[in-house]
This record gives sequence, C-alpha cells and structure tokens, in this order.
Amino acid sequence: MSLHLTDVTLTYPDGGARLTALDGVDLDVPAGTITALVGPSGSGKSSLLAVAATLISPDSGSVVIAGTDTTGMSRHRLTELRRTRIGMVFQQPNLLPSLTAAEQLQVIASLDGRSPRTARGRALELLAAVGLTGQADRRPHQLSGGQRQRINIARALMNEPAVLLVDEPTSALDQERGAAILDLLTTLTHRQGAATVLVTHDRSHLTAVDQVVEIQDGRLRSSVPAGRH
Amino acid sequence: MFVAWRDLRFAKGRFVLMGAVVVLITVLVGLVSGLTAGLARANTSAITDLPADHLAFTAPIDGEGISFPVSDVDAGTWTAWAQVPGVITAEPLGIVPTRAQTSERTAGVAAFGVQPGSRLAPSGGQVRNGAVVLSTTAADALDARAGDTVTLAGQDLRVADVAGDASYSHMPVIWTSLDDFQQLTREPGEGAARATVVALTTTAAADLAAADAALGTTTVSRDDALSAIGSFTSENGSLQVMRGFLFAISALVIGAFFTVWTIQRSGDIAVLKALGASTGYLLRDALGQAVVLLVLGTVVGTAIAVTAGAALGGAVPFVLDLGTVAGPALVMIALGVAGAALSIRRITSVDPLTALGSAR
Repeated sequence: MSLHLTDVTLTYPDGGARLTALDGVDLDVPAGTITALVGPSGSGKSSLLAVAATLISPDSGSVVIAGTDTTGMSRHRLTELRRTRIGMVFQQPNLLPSLTAAEQLQVIASLDGRSPRTARGRALELLAAVGLTGQADRRPHQLSGGQRQRINIARALMNEPAVLLVDEPTSALDQERGAAILDLLTTLTHRQGAATVLVTHDRSHLTAVDQVVEIQDGRLRSSVPAGRH
Repeated sequence: MFVAWRDLRFAKGRFVLMGAVVVLITVLVGLVSGLTAGLARANTSAITDLPADHLAFTAPIDGEGISFPVSDVDAGTWTAWAQVPGVITAEPLGIVPTRAQTSERTAGVAAFGVQPGSRLAPSGGQVRNGAVVLSTTAADALDARAGDTVTLAGQDLRVADVAGDASYSHMPVIWTSLDDFQQLTREPGEGAARATVVALTTTAAADLAAADAALGTTTVSRDDALSAIGSFTSENGSLQVMRGFLFAISALVIGAFFTVWTIQRSGDIAVLKALGASTGYLLRDALGQAVVLLVLGTVVGTAIAVTAGAALGGAVPFVLDLGTVAGPALVMIALGVAGAALSIRRITSVDPLTALGSAR
C-alpha cells in the first residue's frame, strides 16, 4: 500500500526539441505517511503528480502503485487503477455542479459499477469525517470554499485509495481554513493508511508531514524528514 | 446514468428548451406524415386497394412513362392476357374523370369501369349495366344512397350500393359496368370495348416480360403503377422532401445542442476521467441523456400531433395509423440519437490531465 517511483523521466515536446519535466526521479512514499512535495513553479511538481496519478505515462522508469507496476499498462487498466487505488484532491474542488455533496462521493461508486445508493452510507460517514454532517444534500453553489474543499478531500477517500495525491489543497483558502484542511488530511492519511503526496507552496505545512521532498528542474534535490523546515 | 439524470434535473431550463424544440419538430413531422399519407390515400386508394398484383398498361412510346390518362387497351389484349400461363385473372379496368349529378348535387368523380360482377369493385356483384356502386365519399358528395339515380355524362344510372372509400386523383370513385364506361369515353357505336389497363392476378410462374413483348403492353406491380397517376409523384415527392428535411433538421438541432452541451461540460468530463471514469461510462451517460430527452420530447410531440390530426381528420385528408404515428416518432428518435452520438464523440478527446490545476 505505497507509492514507488523509480528513475522516472518525462519529457514534453517543445518546438523541435524535448523539454525535460522529470529527470530520473526516485520517490518512495510508505503507506500511512504524508510526503510533501515542494519546489518553485515549473519545477516539475505537477508533472510528478500527473505521472503518479497515471494521467501521463513516463518516457522511462517505473511507477508502482500499491504493488502494481503500471509500466506498459493499457489506458483501460490505468483508468481502472485510478478508479480503485488512487484518490485525487485537486487544487480547486472541481465539484460537479449538478450533484449534491453526498452525490459527489456516490458518483465514485457509480464509476466503478457499484450502486450509488448503497454507497450513500459511506459517503455520509466521510462527509461527517470532514466535518460536513448535515450538508449532504447541498449543492456546490450552496457551500463555502472551505466546505467545497472538504468534499474534494472526502471524494478522494471514497474508494479507500492506496495512494492519495493532493495538489495544493489550501491555495484558495485563508490561513485558518488551510490549517484545518491540512489537519484533516494528516488525520485521514494516518487513519486510512494511504500513501499521500502533498504538493504545496505553503512552508507552514511542512511541520505536519512525515517527509519533505524538494524538486527543482525536474530533479529531486533533497529528501528531508519533517520538522527540519 | 447517475450524472445524466442529475444534469437533466439541475439544468432543466436548457433541457426543457431543447425538449420543446423536439416536441415542436415532432408535431410538425407528425402532421406532415399524416397529411402526406392522407393525400396519398385520396390520390391512390382506388388503385392500392385493387385485388390485383399487377397492372398492364399500353406500352408507352420511347422516353415516356406509363400513364393512366394515356393508356388504352382493347378486348383482345385482356383476353390474351387471360391466356398467359401463370396469370390467374386478367380483368379490364377503365378509368376516366367525369362529372356526376343528382337532382341536388354535382361532383367531379372518377368513373371506374369493370365487367359486371367483377371482384375489382367493392360489392362488385352489384355493378351491372345501368347500375353503379358509389364509394362513400362519392355518396356523401352527391348526397345519394342506394336506390337513387345519378347521372354520369348524360346517362342515368341507378345506385345499386354504396361501398368502400376508394378515391382516385383526389376524386371519389363511382364503379360502373364496362359497357356504361364506354358511353363516358366514346361516341355511341364507336368500335369495340376498350379499357385503360388490365388488372392481373399472377403467380410467380408468369413471364410478364415475354407477355408484354408479345401483347404490346408494359406491366408493373400495383404499387409501381401509382407513378402513372399524374399528380401523385410530384405531390407525394414534395411532401416526402419536406418530411426528410424535418428529420434532418431535427438531427442537426439535437447534434448542435449536444455539441454545445458537451463543450460546456468538458471540465466536468475531465474531472470524471481523472477520477477513473471510463470513456464508455461517460458516452453511455451522455447518450442516455440524449435518449431520455428525445423519447420524452417525441412522445409529447406525437401525442399533440395525434390530437391535432384527429381534430383535423374531417376537414383535410389525414391518416392516423401506426405508419404515420409510430414510424416518424421512431425515425425522429433514431436520427436524434445519431446526431447526439456524433456530437458527444468529443468526450473521447477530453484530456483528464486538464482537471489538474483547473479552477471550477
């Protein structure tokens, strides 16, 4: 139940040449821990997240998710892996406007061919876990930014993911709400045993994580235990 | 269809608007279909209801098609046709437009001349020299009933019966004997009996082409013979073109709506893909949404068209049956689904990567 990236290289076409986004990246994220990924804009954070999410296949190297090597997997299998083993918390909540808070979570069961109705119980449990008891039937436009982001997190946990990928979840929130969201992520990661990667610009978050990884120009510069920043 | 149902409810303004367009087009298609069938029936029912499978016309001169007004066959022709192997029956049928009168009414009618007792006419046993059978529409137009006298081109003829609703070229039909028919088309004492076509009942063994070559006729199936009615092809063709355009417009409008809808939803689609939705799931969801919209719109539109058609039925020729009600509705749905399917293909090209970093 962990995430391993080994010697991952990713390039993009850039005119006639190729731009290297990730250059021989090695990363281990054990289950039940949070690894913070920090670095300046354009350093490769989003590319690393996209590779870990199986949204992009690297040029070389391997990505192993909960023991499953994704190298050479078909698009269909990668989609299935994303649906069953990976949770994603987007930078913005990215909620579907037509769905209520509970339905934002139930849709995950629907994607996997399970009955959304029977998944409602778990959806309500997760909403309660993120402090949204009583908000299950509200639609996104009826909720605050912090509440929407909490739903974003709860949705990512709906499929009991082995790997949780979190992309700057507090960037649109004030300091107080941002800290509350981080506390929530930490608690849920430890409780659910997920291997969590947290992309963040906010250095105040770094004290709360288990591992800090800095990335620059597509290379991991350092891997620093939490509390050193 | 978890998301599709919720989208339908959430964006009901947009879907009601689109549904209203489907309803209106369906009403128009339903009315045009009923009217097309009604007009076609008023033009051709006397031919389509004939108990014969082929009609033999005088062979047209080169470059021309068969034509009821032009065709003219003699007794030798139908007698010879009766001898052709595989021909079960060969009966002369005379057709001429004329004027009918009673003491109070005058109407344009089509006189259909048949041999006395011919099975070509409804209640054919009643057709004798001096006695005619009126179609119900002819009886209504002339306000006549059995036992009354009608005058056809100066001949007083007794109404033996009122039967069938045959009409030809939008005129009600009066069935006369072939001898009385001769009085309508020829001068007294002028030559032997003639008719317009020979109505044939055949088996598969009949070599119609060889018989045509030997007898100087052109034989076509009963349905193909409709093209020999002058007004039918142009009238029916125009209405069918209108119907075809309505079907095409409906498919295009549905396609355009779902194209815009899919573009508007592309952010949601990217998020769902990033969360693990398969393309098949998303296509089924979107297509299901289109089917729901089309079925609801078409059912409501068809109900309105049926109600309007039933109300109009007495005033204009209008046919309400499975072919004019269910047929166009099914075509509307099928073409609409095809239009929607083409437009939602773009779901396959939405990149889930765009969900990362997107602000929604």
